[in-house]
Amino acid sequence: MQKTSAEISGMGHSMKRKEDSRFIQGKGNYVDDVNLPGMVYGHMVRSPYAHARLKSINTDAAKKVPGVLAIITGEDLAKANLAWMPTLSNDKQMVLATGKVLFQAQEVAFVVAEDRYAAADAAELVEVEYEELPVLVDPHKAMDADAPLLREDRTEKNNHIFHWEVGDKAATDKAFKEAAVVSKVNALSPRCHPAPLETCGCVADFNKATEKLTVWLTSQAPHVHRTVFALVGGIPEQNIRIISPDIGGGFGNKVPVYPGYVCAVVASLTLGLPVKWIETRSENLQSTGFARDYHMTAEIAADKEGKVKALRVKTLADHGAFNAAAQPTKFPAGLFSICTGSYEFPQSFCEVDGVYTNKAPGGIAYRCSFRVTEAAYLIERAMDVLADDLKMDPVELRKKNFVPAAKFPYKSPLGWTYDSGDYHAAMKLALDTIGYDALLKEQAEKRKKGELMGIGISSFTEIVGAGPAHTFDILGIKMFDSAEIRIHPTGKAICRMGTKSQGQGHETTYAQIVAQELGIPAKDVQVEEGDTDTAPYGLGTYASRSTPTSGAATAMAARKIKEKARKIAAFLLEVSEQDLEWEPGKFFVKGAPSKAKTIQEIAFAAYTNIPPGLEAGLEAVDYYDPPNLTFPFGTYIAVVDIDKGTGEIKVRRFVAVDDCGNIINPMIVEGQIHGGLTEGFAIAFMQEIGYDESGNVQGGTFMDYLIPTAVETPHWETGKTTTPSPHHPFGAKGIGESPNVGSPAAFVNAVVDALSHLGVKHIDMPITPWKVWNILKEKGITG
Amino acid sequence: MIPPAFEYLRPKTVPEAVALLQQHGDDAKILSGGQSLIPMMKLRLARPSHLIDINRISGLAYIKEDGGFLKIGGLTREAELEGSDVVRAKYPLLLDTATVIADPQVRNLATVGGNLAHGDPANDHPATMLALGVQIVATGAKGARVIAIDDFFVSLFTTSLQHDEILTEIRIPSPPPRSGGAYVKLERKVGDFATAAVAVQLTLDDKGAVQKAGIGLTNVGATPIRAKSAEDALRGKKLDAATIGQAAQLAADAAQPGSDLRGPAEYKKGLIKELTKRALTRAAERAGK
Repeated sequence: MQKTSAEISGMGHSMKRKEDSRFIQGKGNYVDDVNLPGMVYGHMVRSPYAHARLKSINTDAAKKVPGVLAIITGEDLAKANLAWMPTLSNDKQMVLATGKVLFQAQEVAFVVAEDRYAAADAAELVEVEYEELPVLVDPHKAMDADAPLLREDRTEKNNHIFHWEVGDKAATDKAFKEAAVVSKVNALSPRCHPAPLETCGCVADFNKATEKLTVWLTSQAPHVHRTVFALVGGIPEQNIRIISPDIGGGFGNKVPVYPGYVCAVVASLTLGLPVKWIETRSENLQSTGFARDYHMTAEIAADKEGKVKALRVKTLADHGAFNAAAQPTKFPAGLFSICTGSYEFPQSFCEVDGVYTNKAPGGIAYRCSFRVTEAAYLIERAMDVLADDLKMDPVELRKKNFVPAAKFPYKSPLGWTYDSGDYHAAMKLALDTIGYDALLKEQAEKRKKGELMGIGISSFTEIVGAGPAHTFDILGIKMFDSAEIRIHPTGKAICRMGTKSQGQGHETTYAQIVAQELGIPAKDVQVEEGDTDTAPYGLGTYASRSTPTSGAATAMAARKIKEKARKIAAFLLEVSEQDLEWEPGKFFVKGAPSKAKTIQEIAFAAYTNIPPGLEAGLEAVDYYDPPNLTFPFGTYIAVVDIDKGTGEIKVRRFVAVDDCGNIINPMIVEGQIHGGLTEGFAIAFMQEIGYDESGNVQGGTFMDYLIPTAVETPHWETGKTTTPSPHHPFGAKGIGESPNVGSPAAFVNAVVDALSHLGVKHIDMPITPWKVWNILKEKGITG
Repeated sequence: MIPPAFEYLRPKTVPEAVALLQQHGDDAKILSGGQSLIPMMKLRLARPSHLIDINRISGLAYIKEDGGFLKIGGLTREAELEGSDVVRAKYPLLLDTATVIADPQVRNLATVGGNLAHGDPANDHPATMLALGVQIVATGAKGARVIAIDDFFVSLFTTSLQHDEILTEIRIPSPPPRSGGAYVKLERKVGDFATAAVAVQLTLDDKGAVQKAGIGLTNVGATPIRAKSAEDALRGKKLDAATIGQAAQLAADAAQPGSDLRGPAEYKKGLIKELTKRALTRAAERAGK
């Protein structure tokens, strides 16, 4: 790919982010910044119990609070057939509770008042009478005969949501029977939460005169949300406008539709006033889409030399009270079947069972392309356990089993076709950067002195960019995505996409794609997303899909424009199209480079001097259906030191070598990697949404659900290899999620490695100081 | 995160503030730095009917040596301790503590008086002040009275301040020669309360034996704890490994932690033992300089 000038700043330029000038000046426009004349405020009444019969709701006292306009209950919604709504996973979810509540902090009533204070005061005065029911917290007990039945609304009278399996069970079982070595690990990927800095919220504004409903929404997928609102609410789709303004982080948390959105819309329809509803931090942590909660077992069959023969995976998935995961329709466990990872397993079988518990609903993809973090964590842990069982160096074991570069495209036993990869190259760069051999020596010396140091490797493969229409849809809508580019007469451009940035830097990277393809400087290209009245339809931004889908659509739309531009240039230069050559920013006559027309001149001509037979204007739309997913990969290495006295873990070094194919903006990629690694660090060491026996949430504030600061965060060392995707228009793959997907295993592997000589095989996340201390105490090392 | 309604009052003098406390009774609360009270109000865990903001009262924020004490005004911000030359030169335990309380943004507003008057055993100053053997000056309708720190912490969130008294000053005895202190805190992240922390203040005699020792423990009981038996075990002894180990064990024995997300009780006792060793070692190093 030809590199453009810094002026044009096409692909490969670390251009500063165009959106940042407004963010760093406090001029962003988030949902809570939207203030409309006459706007009123909603506040949710929530259940203190995890499982209870709703006996009665008395709103008399609450209604007397000055400024209160309406109080909506589940029974009110039921009259409009809105007490339940569909989830994105073919389940349904209560908007406001009727009959009973199924998790602590479940939505019970919605108070609307003239200001936030009155709404909060009145919410406290809503008297709800509950009758407590037995609580189901442990997913392992969900299928027991004596387990309380949670979902009385279903025809199936049990707590089982789905069974899903893939792979050749018989062949896998046979491989295990014949295997010289079988290794096994039980690994929990604990319930955690994306915790975006901006919580969820909306402003719903129904205009009774025009019958138009406008909703400013914290949405990663505004177009899909418009369709859901149309289907659920019965409002004609052309009368719904969803606007996702600036979004302060999403990480999957802003893909589902939440009860608060529906209540705000209902309140606005009822009152004819704009209604704002903004979650508190605790509401966000306690009630909105959690992630993970996968209780996994992996077994690897191998020969004595460490060549793997088969992988068998069994997983119990805790989805909480409603299956509100956001997954492609055919994949109830997402893309978890990427669990064979970077390794050439001849056989594999994977099965997942989803169950209900009395916890918040979800199972969303937290910076992860649908259960890929769980899968990558599991296989990278399992490979380390196998290495330990075989007394082999985990690096050697991995190298021995990597899918070799020559075998791509590689078809995995669980059905994926990996587009491209060079796992050995990424591993080598990571090992060289960190100085692996020297570290091994240091570790051996430290062990003699009784000091605890560990090295953790993770050589993960990601699967992103859902996805091809033949396989992927959400609620029936195929997972294409779109771009529309219009070139103005002065050669500047505006582009609109079906995706929605939540911090990824789309306003910059999409502009750079246009710059690369058309030679229009990126600074002259305005990118707009998130307004369903103006942007083309798309499935939104999650699962690292923006560059693989809308990014591809942008390139394809630009190429359509370029074809028309070629016709105009030929007309202007009075030559045939075949006589023209392109260099970034202009067409010139072959052999006579001075005879040229710039893209700006061509754009002007498209409106002022139109060739006969051509339409005026210079614009194009593309809906891109990717032929395959993209498979980014990398090798991460963590080095940790453990304080024997306190159990504290210090991450001394962390090297991340990523390969995401051709890079649009190296600075933005590096920023994404830093952010994702920091999240992975938090997941490995700090974060869990726990529940006590009564179903009380244990991580409901930032006092207990910890977000690392710059002080705790390790120093990240990044590197890259470049293996372009063969099917993507400019060879790119997604990157945003790789660091979150790949890093937890590196951290855990490092800590386990530090303790492996004591017989430790596995520790579940989050690995807190007290867990380590308990192990050291048990081994007689401390205390 | 919206507090219930309250009346906001802003007195200009201490007597005015005391009068307001008397007028509004138990439902009135003093607003100092607000770094504990405001979050509790937003969570509706605290619901004062009247908030008496003392931030505009002049003359309550100071750090000065006077009459054998370091005197700290009740309204002194934590950040001012960090920047104080006298604290940096002579009160290493206080400096250690001030730099690990919450985070810099909180320390810019939070006050030393508030940290103590809140009566939270998870706060950092209580253990430090126990180790330093300070006096608390409480000002009420009848004027000022002095409370020994050992008599100050009554139970969880309760101190011996009367409801119409304001904590106006902390008096730290000026350390004799060969004194040193250290505060060692284990926290899950910056800004967190301590999983456990230990404050140690030592004075050595001219032969290097312990003349005086103060040991305070953070967040391992319903109140901040003074580890008296550990202090006693140190007196007259040189700080060799055996002595340090014995004192550390006694400190751990004095701790009465509960189990929570920061860890099980047994771990916290183990931490107290380890952190006491580290604090004693560091304090002794500083005393010896």
